[in-house]
Amino acid sequence: MNEHSDLFPASAEPDTLARLHRRLEDAAEREGLLDVAYRTVDSPVGPLLLAATPRGLVRVAYGIEGHDRVLETLAGSLSPRVLLAPRRLDAAARELEEYFGGQRRAFDLPLDRSLSSGFRLLVQQSLPSIGYGQTRSYREVAELVGNPKAVRAVGTACATNPLPVVVPCHRVLKADGTPGGYVGGPDAKLTLLDLEAAA
Amino acid sequence: MTAGYIPRTAPAGHLTFRSEGASTGHGHKHPFERVVADHGATVLRVCRVLLADHDADDAWSEAFLAAMRAYPDLPEAANVEAWLVTIAHRKAIDVLRARRRHPVPVGEIPDGPAGLGVPREDDSGLWQAVRELPDKQRQAVAYHYVADLPYAEVAQILGGTAEAARRAAADGIRNLRKNYPAEAQA
Repeated sequence: MNEHSDLFPASAEPDTLARLHRRLEDAAEREGLLDVAYRTVDSPVGPLLLAATPRGLVRVAYGIEGHDRVLETLAGSLSPRVLLAPRRLDAAARELEEYFGGQRRAFDLPLDRSLSSGFRLLVQQSLPSIGYGQTRSYREVAELVGNPKAVRAVGTACATNPLPVVVPCHRVLKADGTPGGYVGGPDAKLTLLDLEAAA
Repeated sequence: MTAGYIPRTAPAGHLTFRSEGASTGHGHKHPFERVVADHGATVLRVCRVLLADHDADDAWSEAFLAAMRAYPDLPEAANVEAWLVTIAHRKAIDVLRARRRHPVPVGEIPDGPAGLGVPREDDSGLWQAVRELPDKQRQAVAYHYVADLPYAEVAQILGGTAEAARRAAADGIRNLRKNYPAEAQA
């Protein structure tokens, strides 16, 4: 506050700022500056953060992961040019809506896997081979990727999946059939399994 | 930043970032979205002091696009608002120069929705009075009283000394009080 703030009352002009923001989104995309675009979508498992690079969808995050924290991490690991820019996520949002509506059984989206590497990447790339409505144990996935002893590492790969829901780590269960851990919490995992069992 | 009277509002749908000043602790920058959310409103008000509405929107857009381009190279200790205001200052000068070369014919309709009844607080007379100040006074008023930058930072942008910046701002305020007296006290 300064002594002449009566002359310049705060006027936030939210409509103007929203319009200018959209203009910035378009210009940044056009100029190749939109390194990471993001938006959130509502879903039966709570609000999901979707983030995409020009190469494809790079991150799906549950609310319990802390969306602000996830964005800060993306700014550090990918680029600080992170902007709320929903348009790039239109296809992902539409496919997720279809999935949660029971009308889609597989995702057809370009993915940017640059947040994963090594064995974790190998495991995560194998997960879409578990079909809709099916499940596998951590041990079976370890066998699937040709490393039957790496059961624990498969668990880590699932827990660190940067693209949950789209890359179906929720279809991997403990050997006794109980759900096991999940990046979105146990309730979210059960909700997805129930959804796929019912469709 | 201590621009305490400027509400930190963001367009609907934006996430609320952690409170300003919170360190990420990882030695990296915040998402650029946070820069827009924290400073977009202040920079817009600065642009409106410098330029008419439609031109102010253009300057804001050019400034934030340029800022996004340069953001990865901004030193982490930098004063982000001073940096943005400096960019906006240059973009406003570019817009003014372009206008002087290519004056807008009277009656031309600006492209886009700018100026078409965008709701504003009833202070257009004030902005008009501010824009009639001499350049240096107007800029000093914008950067010190609207952006809340200290005179040392204002002097960095305008050139010259902090004392000269302080005088220009004081002269600007005196002229404003003279030319825009009644409403300003309301």
